[in-house]
Amino acid sequence: MATTLETSRQQPQTLAGRRLPTWSLPALAAGIVLLSLGLFAVTGLAGVADFVVFVLLAYLVLQTAISFSVEGRRQAVNRLFSAFVYGCFGLAALPLVLVLWYTVKKGLGVMSVKFLTVSMFRVNPDKPGGGIYHAIIGTVEQALLATLIAAPLGVLAAVYLVEYGGRRPFARAVSFFVDVMTGVPSIVAGLFIYAFWILALGFQKSGFAGALALFILMLPVVIRSTEEMLKLVPNELREASYALGVPKWRTILRIVLPTAMAGIVTGITLGVARIMGETAPLLLLVGTNSRIQTNPFAGQDAQRLQEALPTYIFEQFRDAVGNPDSPAAQRAWGAALTLIILIMLLTGLARLIARFARVRG
Amino acid sequence: MSGPTISAATTPSPEPLPDVSDISGSAVRPGDRVFRGVSITAGALVLIVMVAIAAFLIYRTIPALQKDTGNFFTTKVWLPEEARPLFGIAALLFHTLVTAILAMIFAVPVALGIALFITYYAPRRISQGLGYLVDLLAAVPSVIYGLWGIFFLAPHMGGLTLFLDRWVPIPLFNYRLTNAPNNLSDFTAGIVLAIMILPIISSISREVFRQVPRDQVEAALAIGATRWEMIRTAVLPFGRSGVVSASILGLGRALGETLAVAIILAPAYTISFHVTEAGGITFASNIALKYSEASDIGIDALLASGLCLFVITLLVNFSAQLLIRRRKEA
Repeated sequence: MATTLETSRQQPQTLAGRRLPTWSLPALAAGIVLLSLGLFAVTGLAGVADFVVFVLLAYLVLQTAISFSVEGRRQAVNRLFSAFVYGCFGLAALPLVLVLWYTVKKGLGVMSVKFLTVSMFRVNPDKPGGGIYHAIIGTVEQALLATLIAAPLGVLAAVYLVEYGGRRPFARAVSFFVDVMTGVPSIVAGLFIYAFWILALGFQKSGFAGALALFILMLPVVIRSTEEMLKLVPNELREASYALGVPKWRTILRIVLPTAMAGIVTGITLGVARIMGETAPLLLLVGTNSRIQTNPFAGQDAQRLQEALPTYIFEQFRDAVGNPDSPAAQRAWGAALTLIILIMLLTGLARLIARFARVRG
Repeated sequence: MSGPTISAATTPSPEPLPDVSDISGSAVRPGDRVFRGVSITAGALVLIVMVAIAAFLIYRTIPALQKDTGNFFTTKVWLPEEARPLFGIAALLFHTLVTAILAMIFAVPVALGIALFITYYAPRRISQGLGYLVDLLAAVPSVIYGLWGIFFLAPHMGGLTLFLDRWVPIPLFNYRLTNAPNNLSDFTAGIVLAIMILPIISSISREVFRQVPRDQVEAALAIGATRWEMIRTAVLPFGRSGVVSASILGLGRALGETLAVAIILAPAYTISFHVTEAGGITFASNIALKYSEASDIGIDALLASGLCLFVITLLVNFSAQLLIRRRKEA
C-alpha cells in the first residue's frame, strides 16, 4: 500500500498503491467553484476575497478527505503540503501584482511629458499641475554621487579581502562587518550622517549629505558582490601573470579586475537600484524644495536644497492625507511609478550585463 | 532597505578556492606597497564607519539622557520639547518588536514555501525566473509600500479585523473601539513588513535548500518517500540553521524599516496588546515623523532612540552572521 513509485502505472496493479485519477482534482476544483457560485448567489455571502478564501478552503478540505480515503494518509499529507507550497508562491506573487497594478493604475493618470519635465515651483499643492523634473534630477545626481564614492572604495575593499586578506584575522573581521553593515537600517545611516556631517562638522543639509548616507548603504552591497566575482577569477590567470614577472598590483589592475568587470558592474548597478528608493536618510539630510536645483552641494539657505523622488513622494503624500484622490496624491503615485520604472530598468540592466558577460576563464 | 544582498543571490563556488592572497609575484615593488596600503585602507573603512556610527550616536545620546526628566527606558511618552523634557523608548520598543514579530509570523512560513516551491516543485526551466520575480518585491521602495498600505491595503482590512475579533477568541485580536476600524494598526504594518522581508528570507533559504546533498534527496525518493516526506527528512534538517539565520536577517530588516511603518501606523505613544486596533509608534517611524519639528534637544532625543535601534539591529545581525559562519565552517 505504501509503495508509490513515479512509475507505478507501468507496474502490475498489485504493487502500486491506489492513486486518484489525474482528472479527479481539476474536476473537484471546478465542482467547488460552481457550487460556491451558487452558494454566494443564494445566501448572504458576498465579496471577491471571501469567495476566493471560501473556495480555497473548501478545495483543501475536500481534496484531503478524498485523498485520505482513496490513497491513504501519506498521500493526503503530501498533497496538502504541495497545496501549501503552491499557495505560498501565490501569496508572494499576489502583493507584487497588487502593488504594481495599483501604482500603474494610480500613476498613469497624471503621467505626461509635462509631468516629467516641469518642477513644482509656484504650483499650488492643492491644485493639479506641476511635475517631478527637479526630483528626478535630485535622485539621479545623489545616486551618482553615492556611487562615485562607494564603487571605487567598495571594489578596493573587495580586492583587499580576496587578494590580500585571505584568512588573516583582520580580513575576517572586515568580511564579518561587511555583512553586519548590510543590515544597518537606512534611518540609522541617516542619523549618523546627521550627527557627524551636520552636528559635529557644522555643514548644512544638502543633496551631498544625503549622498553620504546612501554611500553607507551602498558600500557593503558593492563589496560583497565584487568579492563574489573576484573569487570566481581562476587562479591560473593570476599565476600566469606572476610567471611573466608582472607585479601583483598590476596583475590585479590589468588581469583580475578586467576579467571580473562585468560582474562587478552588475553588482554596482544593483547597489544603485537599491539606494535609489531610499527615503528615510534623505528626509533627515536633504529635505524638500519645489524648485529645480542642479547643484547637490547647495545648502539649506534660501530654498536651495535638492529634492529627490522618494522625498517628493512623501511630501506629496503629506499634502494628500485623508484624501486619496487629491492632486497631491495623484502626483505622489506618478512619482512612485517613475521611481519603480527607474529601479526596474536598472535591475533589468544589471541582469542583462550579467547575462552577456560571465566571468571568463 | 530590504534588498536581498548579492551574496544571497549568487551561488557560492562549489569548492573553496585556494587562498590567493598568499600567491604573489617574485618581488614586492613600491607599487605593490602603495596598492596594498590603499586596499587595506578601503577595507578598514568598513570597520571605521561601523565604529563611527556608534561613537557619534553615543556622543549625542549622553546630553539627551542628562536632560531627560523621566526614565529613558520605561517612559512611554515622547515630549522632549517641553520645558521639562520627558521622553522614553518604552512605547517605541514595544511596537517595534510587535510589528517585527508579526511580520516574522507572516513571512517565515510563506518564505519557506516559496523557497521550497522554487527549488523542489517548480519546473527547473522557470525556477530561476520565479526567483527573480520574488526578488522584484525587494525592488519596490519602502515609501511606495507605505502608500499602497494606507490607500489600498488598510481600507480592505476591515472585514478581516472584525472577523478576527468575532471568531478568534483571544484578547490579541479584540477590537474594542466602537467606530469602524481604519486598520492603521500594528497588524496592517506587520503584513506590509512581511511582504518587504519575504525576498531576503526566501532567497537565502533557497540557496540553502539548493545545497542539500543530491544523493540524500534521491535516496529518500528511492525508498518510496513522498515529496513531503523527502522534504521533511532530507531538506528541512539540512537547511534548518540556514533558515533560522535567514529569518533573523529578515527580523533585522523589519525592525529598522521606516517609511512604510511611518505612513501606515497611526502615531500613538501607548502600549496595547490589541494588535488590530489603530495606533502605535516604532523607533524608525518616530524619527521620521518627529525630525522636522525637533529642536536641538529633540534631535538629540531622536539620536538616542536611533542608538537603541542601532544596537538592537546590530545584535540581531550579529547573531545571524555568527550562525551563518558557524554553518559554513561546519
